[in-house]
Amino acid sequence: MRHLLSISDLSRDFALEILSTAHELSRVSENGTKKLPTLRGKTVVNLFAEDSTRTRISFEAAAKRLSADVINFSAKGSSVSKGESLKDTAQTLQALGADAVILRHPASGAAHRLAQGRWISGSVINAGDGTHEHPSQALLDAFTIQRHLCDSKGDLAGLHIAIVGDILHSRVARSNILLLKKLGATVTLVAPPTLIPFAWQSWGVEVSHDLDAVLPTVDAVIMLRIQKERMSDLYFPSSREYSALFGINAERASLMKSHALVMHPGPMNRGLEITAEVADSSASVVVEQVANGVSVRMAILYLFIAGNQED
Amino acid sequence: MSVALSSEDISRAITRISHEILEKNTDPTSVTILGIPTRGADLAYRIAQSILDISGIEIPVGALDITLHRDDLRIRPPRPLMDTVIPLAGVEGRTVILVDDVLFSGRTIRSALDALGEVGRPARVQLAVLVDRGHRELPIRADYVGKNLPTSLNQSVKVSLIERDGADEVSIDEVSAAENL
Repeated sequence: MRHLLSISDLSRDFALEILSTAHELSRVSENGTKKLPTLRGKTVVNLFAEDSTRTRISFEAAAKRLSADVINFSAKGSSVSKGESLKDTAQTLQALGADAVILRHPASGAAHRLAQGRWISGSVINAGDGTHEHPSQALLDAFTIQRHLCDSKGDLAGLHIAIVGDILHSRVARSNILLLKKLGATVTLVAPPTLIPFAWQSWGVEVSHDLDAVLPTVDAVIMLRIQKERMSDLYFPSSREYSALFGINAERASLMKSHALVMHPGPMNRGLEITAEVADSSASVVVEQVANGVSVRMAILYLFIAGNQED
Repeated sequence: MSVALSSEDISRAITRISHEILEKNTDPTSVTILGIPTRGADLAYRIAQSILDISGIEIPVGALDITLHRDDLRIRPPRPLMDTVIPLAGVEGRTVILVDDVLFSGRTIRSALDALGEVGRPARVQLAVLVDRGHRELPIRADYVGKNLPTSLNQSVKVSLIERDGADEVSIDEVSAAENL
């Protein structure tokens, strides 16, 4: 495979191969090796048309640890219509000799457009497109769950994962649902009815509006960020009410099994979907998710751009 | 297909290599053995066991994956990564003996030297192989050889080990030279 656009393109075995490669790469880092020569001479472009801290830095760190040259390209503020602007940008990147483009874009499907436009010869890695998908985040979440709760080569069969919050706008949720189910886990979505998209019935998941009832049964809970920039309508009456019904606090966290994990893709709205007390507790793996993100993205770069790829 | 080494030949070769390692290294306690996955690692563990049987000295043993240091990454599809296991004693200042099943072009060993350099700075590095089939493309030679096996480029050498393949055997197959590259 040349492009990583959606979790739905990955077979179960290939998804597991990405995770086991990430596992090996994290051990290489633990052995004291900070830099590997694997992608020497390859150029990786971070094309971020939308704000991001950890995804961009994480891909940059991953590419640099594999000795690739990294160019950070911020396309923010372009006034050209989306299709055209993306094409023009793509042709610029092609001229720069990019071997891979890491694309973050506010429009759903932007990564597909870039990959299928045949404007560039390199790989396209989707780093979040609108409200569609964020595959590398789902892979690092699965990797974090696997590290804590499973044998490192196995899938997630038998685990129950809850995804809580703004499912409607969340690309993290979409990618996670696809991947967790592919790897055998059971998924329950918890949110106010206004933040659950109509299509959930076709996803093979459970839906609940009662967080307290779901928490005692889960092995991990993924708290989603309330995306203030996408909250154009009144999805819930007030932040306080959302927090009281769907936020996780110490009292709620105590309902969970002793081994259960609290996860958050970041950036966190402390006091809204998660209290500071829970975010800094021993059940929280938020910081570890960031560290795991680098290993997973190294695995993605290695598997998608190191070799001589078939289409 | 013809059998080049039988199961007895292989175990004799491992015993002989173990004796040679003890003979050449006057201080065996400074030796660490690292095998190159997959079959080189199996052989490394066998050599360490054999040295323990002969001398009672327990040699730290591990595995060193070289995939990320290969020089043919960009002309081949990506390969899965293998386990790297560095013993607690590490490699710093020690005598590291690399172990592989077949020595051919020498490129794997070059990659292994690079990979080893990332882990630390050994005092010296030696190389043990079960089979040396010739056709070197780099100035690399082995310190311990189980069997020198002259081959043509139209042949492939296949090593089978009990740990992975159910039986110990080295065989030679006729293939086209292109498949061998």
